[in-house]
Amino acid sequence: MNGTDVQRSVAPGVRLGHVSFVWRPWPVLVTLLLAAATFLVFCLSIGVGDFPIALPRVIATILGRGERVDQFVIMDLRMPRALAGLIVGIALGASGAITQSIARNPLASPDVLGITQGAGAVAVFLLTVSGGTAAAIAGSAGVSAAALAGGLGTGLLVYFLAWRRGIDGFRLILIGIAVSAAMQAITNWLLVTADIKDVARSQAWLVGSLDGRSWDEVGVALGCTVVLIAVVAGVAFQFRPMHFGDEVAAGLGVRYSAVRAVMLLCAVLLAGVAVSAAGPVPFVALVAPQVAMRLVRCPTPPLVASGLVGASLLIGSDLVARTALPVTLPVGVVTAAIGGPFLVYLLVRANLRRVA
Amino acid sequence: MRRKPSKVDLVAGREATGRDAAGAGTGATAARLAARGVAVGYGGRMVIDDLDVAIPPGVITTIIGPNGCGKSTLLRTLSRLLRPAKGTVVLDGDDIVKLKTRDVAKKLGLLPQAPVAPDGLTVADLVARGRHPHQGWLRQWSSDDASVVERALAMTGVSDLAGRPVDALSGGQRQRVWISMTLAQGTDLLLLDEPTTYLDLAHAIDVLDLVDDLHESGRTVVMVLHDLNLATRYSDNLIVMRAGSILAQGHPRDVITAELLHEAFGLRAQVIDDPVGDRPLIVPIGRAHVRPGGPDPAASGENS
Repeated sequence: MNGTDVQRSVAPGVRLGHVSFVWRPWPVLVTLLLAAATFLVFCLSIGVGDFPIALPRVIATILGRGERVDQFVIMDLRMPRALAGLIVGIALGASGAITQSIARNPLASPDVLGITQGAGAVAVFLLTVSGGTAAAIAGSAGVSAAALAGGLGTGLLVYFLAWRRGIDGFRLILIGIAVSAAMQAITNWLLVTADIKDVARSQAWLVGSLDGRSWDEVGVALGCTVVLIAVVAGVAFQFRPMHFGDEVAAGLGVRYSAVRAVMLLCAVLLAGVAVSAAGPVPFVALVAPQVAMRLVRCPTPPLVASGLVGASLLIGSDLVARTALPVTLPVGVVTAAIGGPFLVYLLVRANLRRVA
Repeated sequence: MRRKPSKVDLVAGREATGRDAAGAGTGATAARLAARGVAVGYGGRMVIDDLDVAIPPGVITTIIGPNGCGKSTLLRTLSRLLRPAKGTVVLDGDDIVKLKTRDVAKKLGLLPQAPVAPDGLTVADLVARGRHPHQGWLRQWSSDDASVVERALAMTGVSDLAGRPVDALSGGQRQRVWISMTLAQGTDLLLLDEPTTYLDLAHAIDVLDLVDDLHESGRTVVMVLHDLNLATRYSDNLIVMRAGSILAQGHPRDVITAELLHEAFGLRAQVIDDPVGDRPLIVPIGRAHVRPGGPDPAASGENS
C-alpha cells in the first residue's frame, strides 16, 4: 500500500538521451498556455491602431508572408512598440521572480528594493540638472544608459548595505524600502527645482510608457535581455535549493553566495534594462511572479511563467491604455490598475478555498 | 520496542557497521571526519580556539555543552558551513575547504537548525531535492533518484505523507521529512544541528529513535542536542564542550559524572543508573522540592 502511494507522489521522470527531468503536466500546460496568450496579446497589440489590421494578417506578416502595406505598418511602425512591451514585461517578470526567491518574501520586487527608483533618479538627473543640454546631446539612448547605471548602482548599494554575514530577506527589504524612499526624494527634489519644460519630459518618462520606440532602442534592450535570460537559465538549476535557505542549500552542495550574487546581478540588470527601455513601469515585477505562482500552482515563483505573465500584463495594459479610454494613457497607469485587482482576486480565491 | 522502519541501505555496497564500534570511543579507528587545531569565530571574536576532534565511524556522536560554548559552531565547521581561521577539517583524508561544495554534499549530509520550506511545497518534492548533489543541468531526474527518494520516504516513515504540503505537518513529522531529505542525499555521514528543537518529548524520542535506526544501518551521525538525558541515552560518543574547547569525550558511561556536569555546566546533579536504559541518568538537583537525604533508592537500584 505504501508502495503505490509513493509511486503516485514522487513525480515520474522523463529521459531523452542524456537529458532527464521531472514530468509535471500541469506547469508545462500552463506555461504553454501563457506563451500562447502572450503571443495573442502581442499580435492583437500590433493589429490595433489608426489603421486596424486583422489578427490573421498580423500573424501572416510576422511569419514573413504579409502584403507590402502590412509589412511596412507592422514591421516598421508597430513592431518596435510591441517588442519593447514584450521585452520589458519578460524582464520585469523574471527580475521579480528572482528577487522574491532570493529574499524568500513576495514583497521583494525591484520596485520595493529601490532599483526602479534609483534608475529613475539618475535618469531624471540627466533630464533636468544639465538644463536639458546633456540629455539633448546624449539623446534617448543616453537617458536609457543613465537609467541602467542608476538601477545597477542602487541594486549594488542595497545589496552591500543589507549584507551582514549573509543576506537576510527581511533586512534586504527594509534597506530596499529606505534606499527607495531616498531615491524618490532625490527625484522629487530634482523635479521641484528644475525648469518646467524638463520637468514635463521627466514626468512623461517617469510614468512609464512604450510610446515612440525605435528599432535601435529595442534592439539594444532585446540583446541585453537575451544574454541575461541565458545566464539566468544557466544558473537556474543551482538556484533551486536556495528556496530552503542558505544552510540547506550549502548542505546540498550549492555555492550559495556565488549563485545568489549572479542571480541578483541578473535581476538588477533585467530591471535596469526594463526601466531604461520603458521608464519605471510600476507593479509588473511585484505582481507577475505572484500571479504566475498561483496559475502554475508552484510553491516558489516560476521563472519562465513569471516572465510570460509580465509580458502579457504589460502588452495587455498598453493595449487597454491605447484603446479603452478616450484619452491615451501611459502604460504604467494601467499595469497597476489591472495587476493589483487580479492579485487580490487570486489571494481571495485561495482563502475561500482554504476555508471551504 | 518502538516500530523500526525497514532498514534499507541507501548507500549501495556498504556493510552495516555494528554498534560495538562504540567501544572505539574517542575515534582511535580511522575517523572519516576530523578537526585538527581549528580556530573558528564570527568577525574578530574566536568561539573555538585550537580544537582537535575525531568523529568515530559508525556511531552516534553528540556534542553537548552549555549555551554559547560553541557546539553548533563546531558542527557547522565540521560540515563546512564555517571556514576555520586556523587549522583544517579533514574529510576522508582531504582538507574539506579544498573540496568542491558538491563533492562534500555527496559524502556528508547536513540538517541545519530549524530549516523552513516554502509554503505549499509537498513532502515528496522536498525529499526529492535531496538528490540535488547528484544531478546536473541536463540530468535533473533519473530512475535512481526516484527509487532513492522512495526509500528515504519509507525509511523515515513519511511515505503516507508524500503528497501533503510540508507546512501542514506537525513539528515531529516535519523533522522526519527533513531528515528524509538529508537521507535522499545518500551520504553515510549525517550532521544534525539540534534535530529535536521545538519538539515535545514524545516527538523528540520519535526523531531520536529514527536517528538510532539510521546509525544501525551503518551511518555515522554527529548531532548537537540540548537535553543531556536524551544525549546520554541516544549517543555512543559524547563530546562535552565548554567555552570553545573540549572538556571530555567518550562513551556516556565513562563521561557523565556529577563532577563533569558541575565543571561543564555549573550544574549540581546526581548521576544514577537509568531504570529503563543501560546508560546513566542525570537528575538535576536545583533548589525546589528537594527531599533531604539523597536519591530515592528505588530509582538507582535497578541496574547496579
